[in-house]
Amino acid sequence: MECLRWTALELGRRIRAGELTAVEAAQAALRQIDVCEPVLNSFITIDPERVLEQARAVQRGIEEGRFGGALSGAPVAIKDNLCTRGQRTTCASRILGDFTPAYEAEAVARLRRAGAVILGKTNMDEFAMGSTTETSAFGATRNPWSLGRVPGGSSGGSCSAVAGGEAFYALGSDTGGSIRQPASFCGLVGLKPTYGRVSRYGLVAYASSMDQVGPIARSVADCAAVLEVIAGHDPRDSTSLARGDTDFTAVLGRDIKGMRIGIPRGYFGEGLDAEVGAAVRAAAQGLAACGAVVEEFELGLTAYAVPTYYTIASAEASSNLARFDGVKYGYRASGEGLHDMYKRTRSQGFGPEVKRRIMLGSFVLSSGYYDAYYLKALRTKARIKQAFDAAFVRYDLLLGPTAPTTAPALGESLGDPLRMYLGDIYTIGANLAGLPAISVPCGLDSGGLPIGLQLTADCFQEKKLLAAAYAYEQSRPFPLCPMLTAEAGAGGEAADAETRGQGTACERKYICPEQMRREG
Amino acid sequence: MSRQYETVIGLEVHIELATRTKIFCGCSTAFGGAPNSHTCPVCTGMPGSLPVLNRRVVEHAVAVGLATNCRITQYCKFDRKNYFYPDNPQNYQISQLYLPICRDGWIEIGTAAGRRVVGIHEIHMEEDAGKLIHDEWEDCTLVDFNRSGVPLIEVVSEPDMRSAEEVIAFLEKLRLIVQYLGASDCKLQEGSMRADVNLSVREMGSGTFGTRTEMKNLNSFKAVTRAIEGERRRQIELLEEGRPVIQETRRWDDNKEYSYAMRSKEDARDYRYFPDPDLPPVVIDDAWIEAIRARQPELHEAKLARYQAEFGLPAYDAGILTSDKRLADLFEATTALCGRPKRVSNWLMVETMRLLREHERGADQLDFSPENLAKLIGLQERGVVNGTVAKRIFEIIFTEDIDPEAYVREHGLETVGDEGAIRRAVEAVMGANPQSVADYHGGKKKAMGFLVGQAMRAMGGRADPGAVNRIVRQMLEGDASGDLG
Repeated sequence: MECLRWTALELGRRIRAGELTAVEAAQAALRQIDVCEPVLNSFITIDPERVLEQARAVQRGIEEGRFGGALSGAPVAIKDNLCTRGQRTTCASRILGDFTPAYEAEAVARLRRAGAVILGKTNMDEFAMGSTTETSAFGATRNPWSLGRVPGGSSGGSCSAVAGGEAFYALGSDTGGSIRQPASFCGLVGLKPTYGRVSRYGLVAYASSMDQVGPIARSVADCAAVLEVIAGHDPRDSTSLARGDTDFTAVLGRDIKGMRIGIPRGYFGEGLDAEVGAAVRAAAQGLAACGAVVEEFELGLTAYAVPTYYTIASAEASSNLARFDGVKYGYRASGEGLHDMYKRTRSQGFGPEVKRRIMLGSFVLSSGYYDAYYLKALRTKARIKQAFDAAFVRYDLLLGPTAPTTAPALGESLGDPLRMYLGDIYTIGANLAGLPAISVPCGLDSGGLPIGLQLTADCFQEKKLLAAAYAYEQSRPFPLCPMLTAEAGAGGEAADAETRGQGTACERKYICPEQMRREG
Repeated sequence: MSRQYETVIGLEVHIELATRTKIFCGCSTAFGGAPNSHTCPVCTGMPGSLPVLNRRVVEHAVAVGLATNCRITQYCKFDRKNYFYPDNPQNYQISQLYLPICRDGWIEIGTAAGRRVVGIHEIHMEEDAGKLIHDEWEDCTLVDFNRSGVPLIEVVSEPDMRSAEEVIAFLEKLRLIVQYLGASDCKLQEGSMRADVNLSVREMGSGTFGTRTEMKNLNSFKAVTRAIEGERRRQIELLEEGRPVIQETRRWDDNKEYSYAMRSKEDARDYRYFPDPDLPPVVIDDAWIEAIRARQPELHEAKLARYQAEFGLPAYDAGILTSDKRLADLFEATTALCGRPKRVSNWLMVETMRLLREHERGADQLDFSPENLAKLIGLQERGVVNGTVAKRIFEIIFTEDIDPEAYVREHGLETVGDEGAIRRAVEAVMGANPQSVADYHGGKKKAMGFLVGQAMRAMGGRADPGAVNRIVRQMLEGDASGDLG
């Protein structure tokens, strides 16, 4: 259906104009989900009845004037680490395979109040740990641009859903690039807001000091509109901030003449794919053509970002994930006494990448190693922040590639975790320093895979990011991902069987209402 | 024992703060309640929930710090203490290790040997854990998270105490300070004040400390005293036998009066403390500290002095009245109503204390209202009731907090001052007890007491005792003169 190619804002406009209803839009998305899911596996949980029920309620609200927002009626996909009241929230982990929260993530609640229709919960790397969505206990997700490729991660399901036309936009979370990198691999716009811009309440924590919820969409304007809805202070998140500057759509179309953009020279060194480098440099010229002043400079400390990030993130993760112990909720293995139950539950409940980070994090915090690893990492983090601070004295934005390569083939990455970690080199700086950053598509490589351009701004300068990203996007339109058809879907089944069923899981992802725990 | 030993003791005192809601969520801190009825996603460690600090907790902690002469850490942080236990829903406790809210304080204690200063190493804020309940019938363990997230402060003393007497003096003093601040009710039995004792012994005159042990599970001041004496004896015996004291945590069993090793230093847990990323640092500026200082109520020592100066009470009475915040509050409120400090003091010191002992209750459990005691004092002063009746009424005030004026009216307990009525009652008593009258006249003057008692009893105890006395005497003497006449 034609409407699936529209942006979320375009859809919202047409629903408000009465050209179609929220119910029709939801039905179109559900049909596309039916076509795509056997191949893509973007979703962990979808409940079509509940989707239509929401769509009907939103449509009534629009007609009665209760939902006037730009995104009202647009179907959205939610990453499965954001709690949804009454709907299973798994973090793509066996340990939370049957967990249904009785509360809602603040970002999700804000979307609902703005008339969003929530399609379901998207696949991801287990507890957001990974860069390919292959560490999910619910099977890998495929990249709609090339079915043999990963969509990136950890918000891979959110990105494949939006690129594949299953959803109009999505929420992801970004701790080390988990929104921007899959957006880059899937030809989408992905924005990681400033730390504290969006409430983390109800986001299942991976690394609390760096986690941030953000939008994934097919246009910069959609991202701005979504951020406008989800940003703001939340009294339940002490790290969220109250600020007035959340009218992000107001800057779209603003002239970027004279905007100063710095390119860290180190971002174009070893490990960067030549085609990606060329596309990003071309994009820099495109921005210069829009009037920006672009120059190269030395950011420094780039090489320290990866070890610093993995030390801090793993340390926090080891503590954040301690609560999954089989006592209160989620998976519980039977065991001989308490400690045996703990051991079996966590051994069976967590996948290998999660265990690796829990062990790494426990090690860097243990007595005798704390100073040498964790404390040193905190100090390095402070130095990295200082390097960014110095850069933002001279520049409004920093520009570089989002990822060193385009999407790798399925099954290629997990065998070498260290190499996979190095793929985060450009994105984690923003998380360590709490900065906002956006990935915008800037071309396709010779294999037809999307390349992403990353722009980074100083804290709370999302408007600069959005203004520049919008100007670039308008100057160089990017193609939409070719739509999967029913035939392609059928063809994908065979390939699907190879990568799935590796023993790790695959539960039903459609669950009917009577299977769900209801409140009250 | 050939050598002389000195005991070195430091304390870790956990005090539950008197806030309405928990430290990191809005759940009630009320004691009791059906299991898990005072819980939410935050205090049950649900995924995605986040802690938000209760401002009152910081204010209470600062107030206690100021009252114990501490330096306030104006940039303090919360750390996570990581360990697995089912009563700890997140499997980490939010506490403070690196930058506790108060440091370097002291309090002065009085002991038989004179005044001593005990240093306070630090005070930090933390959350309490839930409670495990073992169900013998089902043979399973259940968790109640009502206590999970209840705010605590931990006061860590320097190893400045040398005897159980000093430890008790320190705990009493700390309890008074905290109670007076309104920061906690400090009930040992309910666990709102708990002390762990760190103890080592060394030869008298030695400049270095011996190896210490930590004693847990001390639920009363008596248990603290017994545990200190027991542990001192145990350590000295080891040293005398030439065996080493092992650094370990021990659990005191007050019934058996013996402690058991829980875990040694070697298998001490590695808590992997690190700053909690969910809670930004707490900044306490000068203005906030001053505001807390300005709101600080009159503390124990000041009140003790004022009671003597303002109300003219003896030091002993003032000491008892101020020994518990609730008692002092009751004294002041009642005095303000009736303006008779001496009488109020008497009621509280004598009858109240007697009834507390009888009911095996502490002064912190007093729950009658000052209005009713003030009214009773008024009734007695105006001669509406006599002393005997007043005592009877007070017992009912003590247990049921009744309005004495209404009670006197309803039960007709007003003192009978009517001479005719008393005279009639005395006549009847004398007529019924001729032997006593004869005894009196025969020189047994004590017989008069019996007759007075009988007359009072005949009048239901309501007669003015002075009048009864006078009339009995008059009538006995009148009798005698009649005989002679």
